[in-house]
Amino acid sequence: MAIQMQTAQNTSNRDPWRRFRVGKWTQRVDVNDFITNNITPYHGDESFLAGPTEATKALWKIIQELSRRERENGGVLDVDVNTVSTITSHKPGYLDKDKEKIVGLQTDEPFKRAIQPFGGIRMMQDACKAYGFELPEEIVRIFTEIRKTHNQGVFDAYTPEMRMARKAGIITGLPDAYGRGRIIGDYRRVALYGVDFLIEQKKLEARQLEVDVMTEDVIRSREELSEQIRALQELKQMAADHGFDISKPATNAQEAFQWLYFAYLAAIKEQNGAAMSLGRVSSFLDIYIQRDLDEGTITEEEAQELVDHFVMKLRIVKFLRTPDYNELFSGDPTWVTEAIGGMGLDGRTRVTRNSFRFLHTLYNLGPAPEPNLTVLWSVNLPDAFKKYCAKVSIETSAVQYENDDLMRPYYGDDYGIACCVSAMRIGKQMQFFGARANLAKALLYAINGGVDEKLGLQVGPETPRITSEVLDYDEVMHRFDQTMEWLAKLYINTLNIIHYMHDKYCYERIEMALHDREIIRTMACGIAGLSVVADSLSAIKHAKVYPIRNEQGIAVDFRIEGEYPQFGNNDDRVDNIAIEIMERFMNKLRKHHTYRGAIPTMSVLTITSNVVYGKKTGTTPDGRKAGEPFAPGANPMHGRDRKGALASLGSVAKLPYEHSLDGISNTFSIVPKALGREPQDRIRNLTSMLDGYMSRKAHHLNVNVFNREQLLDAMEHPEQYPQLTVRVSGYAVNFIKLTREQQLEVINRTFHEKM
Amino acid sequence: MTDRIGRIHSLETFGTIDGPGIRFVLFMQGCLLRCRYCHNPDTWNNHDGQEMTVDDILKEIEPYVSYYQMSGGGITVSGGEPTVQAPFVAELFREVRERWNLHTALDSSGFCEPAHAAELLKVTDLVLLDLKEMDPLRHEALTTQSNERIHRFARYLTELNKPVWIRFVLVPGLTDSEDNLIRLGEFIERMPNVEKLEILPYHRMGVYKWEKLGIEYTLQDVPEASQADIERAQYWIEQGRLSARKQHV
Repeated sequence: MAIQMQTAQNTSNRDPWRRFRVGKWTQRVDVNDFITNNITPYHGDESFLAGPTEATKALWKIIQELSRRERENGGVLDVDVNTVSTITSHKPGYLDKDKEKIVGLQTDEPFKRAIQPFGGIRMMQDACKAYGFELPEEIVRIFTEIRKTHNQGVFDAYTPEMRMARKAGIITGLPDAYGRGRIIGDYRRVALYGVDFLIEQKKLEARQLEVDVMTEDVIRSREELSEQIRALQELKQMAADHGFDISKPATNAQEAFQWLYFAYLAAIKEQNGAAMSLGRVSSFLDIYIQRDLDEGTITEEEAQELVDHFVMKLRIVKFLRTPDYNELFSGDPTWVTEAIGGMGLDGRTRVTRNSFRFLHTLYNLGPAPEPNLTVLWSVNLPDAFKKYCAKVSIETSAVQYENDDLMRPYYGDDYGIACCVSAMRIGKQMQFFGARANLAKALLYAINGGVDEKLGLQVGPETPRITSEVLDYDEVMHRFDQTMEWLAKLYINTLNIIHYMHDKYCYERIEMALHDREIIRTMACGIAGLSVVADSLSAIKHAKVYPIRNEQGIAVDFRIEGEYPQFGNNDDRVDNIAIEIMERFMNKLRKHHTYRGAIPTMSVLTITSNVVYGKKTGTTPDGRKAGEPFAPGANPMHGRDRKGALASLGSVAKLPYEHSLDGISNTFSIVPKALGREPQDRIRNLTSMLDGYMSRKAHHLNVNVFNREQLLDAMEHPEQYPQLTVRVSGYAVNFIKLTREQQLEVINRTFHEKM
Repeated sequence: MTDRIGRIHSLETFGTIDGPGIRFVLFMQGCLLRCRYCHNPDTWNNHDGQEMTVDDILKEIEPYVSYYQMSGGGITVSGGEPTVQAPFVAELFREVRERWNLHTALDSSGFCEPAHAAELLKVTDLVLLDLKEMDPLRHEALTTQSNERIHRFARYLTELNKPVWIRFVLVPGLTDSEDNLIRLGEFIERMPNVEKLEILPYHRMGVYKWEKLGIEYTLQDVPEASQADIERAQYWIEQGRLSARKQHV
C-alpha cells in the first residue's frame, strides 16, 4: 500500500504530456490532432485480452443484485425527490469505494434516480407518481410558478395547428416535454487539457464577442459562454468533492479515464436528454494506456480493469422517465453511444487495443445494451478486428455497425454517433433533435383530404378527397406531394419553437462548454413508415387498390387486386419509389428557415416508436391493417423480404445517404444456423456480409443472432434472461425490459432462417 | 442462348449451409422421391413453381456476386431435385462460371441416371449428395424408390473424381439403425472423392408445409435428433469406414 501511494505521488508531479508527440494540439484545443500524432493502431487479434479481476467481479455482482431489485420494484429502485439535480447537487456515491477504480455516480447512491425538471416538471411529476414516489409540493411550485421549464415555453408558443398535428400523431416523439439530448460533449478535452486550460480558452472566446453591435445572437452567445465557464467551474468542484483535482491534465491512464468520466457525469447530472452519447473515447484512452504499458506502470489486466470499471459506470446511467416515454423509447435506454474503430484520414486505422478491450467488456461483464457499442466499419479495417467484431455480434447481439467509408468524407475522422445513427464531428457539431414525421399517415391524409383517419378530424389542410373507385398512382402522388409540402413546413416550424425554448430554459451548459464556440448545427428531422409508404405506392402503381370508405367518405380499408413488388427484394420498381419519397421530403425540408441557421437533415429511424406509430395509423394501401406496427427504421415490412438477407439488405443499401444525413437504420435478425454450420464459417460469412453491405454504400446495420424460440422462452421466464440483449433500432435493450407489445414486434420481424 | 426455361420453387440470396461460403441458393421445382421426412414437400410437384429463364436467374444473382466471391462462396442449386432439370442447371452453371468464375454446387439426392447428368457434372465443382438408407427395400419404404440408381450415380461421381460432400439426415427410428450406419460408413469409404460428411439432425420445421398441402405426415411421433444421437451415428459410421478400410487392405 505504501509503495502504491508513493507511485501515485510520483506520477502526479510528472509532466502530463511526457512521451507524447507534440503537434498543433499542444497550443490549442485539438484532440484529433493529439490522436493522429499519438495513436498506436493495432492489427493483431484478441489473444492479448485479460479476464475480469476479482474487484470487477465483486462490483458487477453488486450491480446485478441492484438490477434485480430494480426490476422487482417495477423498473425504478429509488428516487431522490428532494434534490434538483445539478453538477454539484449530490455528495459522492459509491458501489464499493475500495474496489472501484473509476468513481462517481449521478446521485449519492447507485440506482437512485435524480429529479431533472428543467425539460419539464410534468414529466418528473408523472414519472414519480408512476413508480410510487411523490414530488414535494415545493419543487412542483417552483417549477410551475417561479422557474419556467422548456416544456412550458414550447406550449406557450405552439400554434393550434402544431398541437393538433401532435395529437393526431403525424408528428410525434418531439422533445417538447423532456430534454432533447443528442449532443456529445468532447469529454476527452478534460483529460487532455485539464479544466483550467479549457476555462482560459472560453474566456478568450468571450473576448472575440466584444463587438460593435450587440445583436440578439451576440448577446445569447455571450450569456452561453458565461454559463459554460460556470459549468466548468462546477465540474472542477464536483471532482474535488470526490478528492480529485482535475484543473490540470491527467497524468496516467487511470486519471484519464477518471477525468473523462467526471466530464460525462457532469453532463448526465445536468441533462436528462433522450440520448446522452459518449462520443469516441476508446482509442483516445488507449494512448494513455499504451504510455503506461510502455513505462511499465500498468499491466494488461489492470488496463482491462479500468475499461471494465468505466463501462460498468456507463451501464448504470439512469434517468427518471414516464411510462409514456417508454412507449417511444422502450427498455429504459440512455444511448451512451461509443464509436469504435474506423479509419483515419491518413489511411491508418483507428482501431487500437482499446477497441478490443471495450468489446471485451461484453464477456467480462456479460452482454448488456449500454454503452451502445457502435463499430465504425470500413472495408479497410484490420481483418483480425473484423473477425472479432463478428464473433462478438454472433455471441452477444450487442453491437451495431455504421459505415465509416460513407461517413468519413462528410465528417472527417473524429466524429461520433449520437443516439443511434446520427453522426457528428466531436466538439464541432451538434444537432437539434427532431424525432420524426409519420409519412404513412401523411399518405392517408393525401387520400382523405387532410382528415385524420383515426380521429375523424381535419388535421391537414382541407383538400379535395380522392373519390375514384381504384386509386390512380399519379393522382395519389400529386396529392401526397402537397401533403408533404404542408407537413415539412409545419414540422420545421415546430422544431424551431422547440429548440428556441430548449436553448432558453434547458441549455446544455457543460456539454456545450466542451465544444468549440463556432459549431455546425443540424435540424435533425426524421421519417417513419418509409417501407409502408413505398409498398403502398407500389401497390397503387402495380396492382389495383380499391379504397373502402366509411359513411364520412374516409378510406378506412383497402382491397388489393393482384401482386405488386415489395420493398426488401432488391426490386427497383419499388425501391425507386422509396428513394423518390426520401428525396422529395428532404428537399421540402430544405426550403424552410431554421432556428440558428441549422442545416436541415433527415433520418430514417423509428427507435421503437414504430409500434406506437402503427397503433395510431389506420389501414394503409399496402395491406397493413390499422394498428399493426410499422417496420422499424428503414426495414422492409415484416415477412415481405422473401429473397433472403442479401436482397433485403440490397433494398436498404440503395436509400440515399446524401438525402438522409442523420442516418438510415436497418435492423437485421438471423438465426445462428443460417449464418453457417461451424463457428469459423459464421464469423467469415458475417464479415463478408458486412463488407458487401457497406461497400454498397449502406449506412447502418444492427446485427441480431438468435433463435425466435429463445425470445419466446425469455417472455415466459424473464428471470432466467437478465442479460439477454437484443438490438432494436439503433440501440440495444434488455429484451425482458421491453413491453409485451414490443417483445411481440421483435419476435414477428423477419428472421433470416431459410434452410 | 440463355432463354432456356426452368421451373423454380424459390431462391435465397444468403445461403450459408449448402456448400462453402455465402451462396446463392436456387430451389428447383419437382422431385421424383417422396421422402417421408422431406422438409420441402412443396417442391415435389413437377408442374408447380414459377417459370424462369437462365437469364432471369442470372439477373437475380448479379447484384450479389461480390458477396459470393469475397466469402469463398458461389451458387448451389437445390430443390426439389435439380437433376430433373439437368439441362437448365447445366446452362446456368456454365454461365455463372464464365461470367463471374463462381463456384458451383449441386445439392442432389442422386436419383438420376449418370448419362442424364453428364453435361451438368462437367460444369459442377461440388456435389452435395444425400444418402439416406443403404438397404434397397428400406430405402423404398422411406422414399418410394429403390437406391440402386442413387448408388450408380454415386459410383459415377467417384469415376469422375468429382468432389462430393455426403449429407445424411439422421432420423431417429428410421435411418439410425446400427446396420445402416455401418453400411453407410463402408459406402463412403469406397468413395475417395468424398471431402466431407455432414450429418443433419432430423427436424420438424417443415411439418407445417405438409399440413398446408393436405398430405398426411407419417412421422408425427418421431422426435428430433439430439446431439447424443449425432455422436452415436458418427461412431457407427466411423466403424463402417474402418471395417471397409480393413477389407481393402
